[in-house]
Amino acid sequence: MADTARDPPPAHTDFQELEDGEDLFLEPAVIQESGPASLPAEDISANSNGPKQDSLFDDDPEDLFAEATEEVSLDSPEREVLLSDGPSPAITPITPPTSVITPRIGLAHDDMFTHSSFDEIEEEEGGDSFDMHISVSDPEKVGDGMNAYMAYKVTTKTSMSLFKTDEFSVKRRFSDFLGLHSKLASKYLHIGYIVPPAPEKSIVGMTKVKVGKEDQSSNEFVEKRRSALERYLMRTVKHPILLKDPDVLQFLESSELPRAVSTQALSSAGLLRMVNKAADAVNKMTIKMNESDAWFEEKQQHFENLDVQLRKLHASVESLVCHRKELSVNTAQFAKSAAMLGNSEDHTALSRALSQLAEVEEKIDQLHQDQANADFYLFSELLGDYVRLITAVKGVFDHRMKTWQKWQDSQLLLQKKREAEAKLQFTNKPDKLQQAKDEIKEEIEELEGKVQQGERDFEQISKTIRKEVSRFEKERVKDFKMIIIKYLESLVQTQQQLIKYWDAFLPEAKAIS
Amino acid sequence: MRSVSVDLNHDASLLIDIPDALCERDKVKFTVHTKTTLSSFQKPEFSVPRQHEDFIWLHDTLVETEDYAGLIIPPAPPKPDFESPREKMHKLGEGEATMTKDEYTKMKQELEAEYLAVFKKTVQVHEVFLQRLSSHPTLSKDRNFQIFLEYDQDLSVRRKNAKEMFGGFFKNMVKSADEVLISGIKEVDDFFEQEKTFLLDYYSKIKDSTAKAEKMTRAHKNIADDYIHVSATLNSLSADDSTANKNRYLSSSVSLQKVEGRVASDQELKLTELLRYYMRDIQAAKDLLYRRARALADYENSNKALDKARLKSKDIPQAEEHQQHCLQKFDKLSESGKKELTSFKGRRVVAFRKNLIEMAELEIKHAKVSSTLQPTCVRLFVYS
Repeated sequence: MADTARDPPPAHTDFQELEDGEDLFLEPAVIQESGPASLPAEDISANSNGPKQDSLFDDDPEDLFAEATEEVSLDSPEREVLLSDGPSPAITPITPPTSVITPRIGLAHDDMFTHSSFDEIEEEEGGDSFDMHISVSDPEKVGDGMNAYMAYKVTTKTSMSLFKTDEFSVKRRFSDFLGLHSKLASKYLHIGYIVPPAPEKSIVGMTKVKVGKEDQSSNEFVEKRRSALERYLMRTVKHPILLKDPDVLQFLESSELPRAVSTQALSSAGLLRMVNKAADAVNKMTIKMNESDAWFEEKQQHFENLDVQLRKLHASVESLVCHRKELSVNTAQFAKSAAMLGNSEDHTALSRALSQLAEVEEKIDQLHQDQANADFYLFSELLGDYVRLITAVKGVFDHRMKTWQKWQDSQLLLQKKREAEAKLQFTNKPDKLQQAKDEIKEEIEELEGKVQQGERDFEQISKTIRKEVSRFEKERVKDFKMIIIKYLESLVQTQQQLIKYWDAFLPEAKAIS
Repeated sequence: MRSVSVDLNHDASLLIDIPDALCERDKVKFTVHTKTTLSSFQKPEFSVPRQHEDFIWLHDTLVETEDYAGLIIPPAPPKPDFESPREKMHKLGEGEATMTKDEYTKMKQELEAEYLAVFKKTVQVHEVFLQRLSSHPTLSKDRNFQIFLEYDQDLSVRRKNAKEMFGGFFKNMVKSADEVLISGIKEVDDFFEQEKTFLLDYYSKIKDSTAKAEKMTRAHKNIADDYIHVSATLNSLSADDSTANKNRYLSSSVSLQKVEGRVASDQELKLTELLRYYMRDIQAAKDLLYRRARALADYENSNKALDKARLKSKDIPQAEEHQQHCLQKFDKLSESGKKELTSFKGRRVVAFRKNLIEMAELEIKHAKVSSTLQPTCVRLFVYS
């Protein structure tokens, strides 16, 4: 009795599931098209929880998974690609449902999950190519004392249809940027999107500015921050998904923005964040994931290595910047000293030559300073950005692990309930039996839903991560190449200036008689 | 190699050089090679091994020779100082674990180049000292100088014993007190008045410039070291990375590093060494002024003593003789001093000229090398 009741009438339930499945897989495509509010994860779960109660499955775990994956594959035959290493051996896609869906997803039928085809989809749906430039400028101190803050002008120039006008600007403060990042992170990180990290806070730096010290170091600090904010925004909007996020659009367009208080380091939200971070770190250590996909293992290793190397490089470049600044200072000092020596020299021609030497060295000192700035802004800051980005990437991998863990936990629970159900078969209290059986049936259905959801989530996040990583690597190579070219060009300029200066000095030296 | 002094070692009657040297732990053994046509020497060509301390002994005996009071005694060569590269080598050894093999090798190479540079410098400075002596009409005939060049046994027996060393130390202390004497004394001769003012002022300026130039050179070296680390890290990155970009940057940054290192060592040689050498030379010139001032003080004292003697009508002949003696000494010092100081100025101007020209030319050369190398790398990148 129980058995038969459990056998799902295939056609009927499948179609039901199909409907959900249809929505399931339509949503992501839809979102890519129109942008606003709805998030894949939320919608999927909303849809799938519904009619699941009707479907009952065998208590054989293997078959369970077979059914589950079957369900999934109903909607997108391409799924087989991802699930090939998974638990289920026999996947038999049922043709009628598939045909309903293919028009939508079949846009790039066979290689849906490769990078380029996603680009195609996005471009077709988006309509215009990426043409946007954001600049952060005009830092202005607003207010006085400890409540003072810097307001930056954020100007967007674009021809994309996403926006109402071609060019517009708003005033934003640092905590606004942090607020934006915080919102994006909470929406997208856990489903596998690499959200660019915001520039770091600096209590020391900001305090100096607040206090009103108008000196070299606080000016440098403001410039460093301005540049970092600009890079942050550009990176964020270059991401096709994030660009269409309403929070991002609001940030760029609306003149008034609600104050993001939870970004303050010492607020309760800040403390909560810290606690969560610590908890995460502990959890990460305890999760032992059976990595069935070699791609992920390889990529994780790759990012670990990259992390180590970039940090090392960053440290070396910072040292380079420091030493070059030192060289600049020393050269300036030497120039002054040489000038005094020239004054003291009684042989006229030599005296003049020494004064000329002093002038040359002074110019060279300025050159060194400019070069140090180039070293820093081009090279060092880029490396710093990427060190933080890689932390975000690693975080995304960690979320995948957590998603897997959730899925596994639901499965375990389901198994336990099934066992409990089986035990119920053998109790001798028939009157209570039915009630208990019904209860457990409900629980099992719920858990089955959760398990399916968990698996879908896991697959979704894996898919997203593959795409994201591919995009990230492309961007990284592009970024580095561009920066290195700029940096080399700055070096060339410096050398050419040096030639000019020394060429001018040479006749003076030769004129000594 | 002879960068700080010019017009030395041209007189074929006495040619000296240091063709090689050995570095054993801290001690450097110089091979002093002499070629001469002078009959005062036993052989026309010969070589002897000498240590740094032998040079110092020679210098000090010359300084203490009364007859040379009116001469600028060439400054003693400074002690070979391998402290800096040795310290760096030590640090490198400690940090070996944190570096890649490639990085470590490069750092080691850089360090070895530094050792070599220090070594070359010290040989040069000892060589110049001897050549200054050999080209001086009076000093080249000094007996001790000849012994130094010829004596084929170990000179340590003749070197300062502890007592003499202490005496030397004491002498230095007295000398600095007498600096006040030089500035305080009433000068009758315009030439010397000018020289005194000039030398005192110039010395403090050149000392300052030397220190600043040293700092500049050190900063350049640090940058060269940084580039080693940068290029090594890029190398390991490109090993992991599928793109070949980093390899190209690597080659360009390595070249940069080599150029920076070269700039640093050339700057050191031409500029810093020049300033250092003349700082010491000016000290030697000041010493001459001091000795002359002493002689003047002695002369004035002898005058006073003569007056006293005449007053007391006692020991007049001795006092007269003493006064004459002091006058003679003073006159002799003044005469030779004038000659020395004039030729010193000429020598200094020529040396500055030569070194400043060479430094400018080297800077241009290095900048040109860099500025052609880098665009090539940029092109490689753009088309990769």
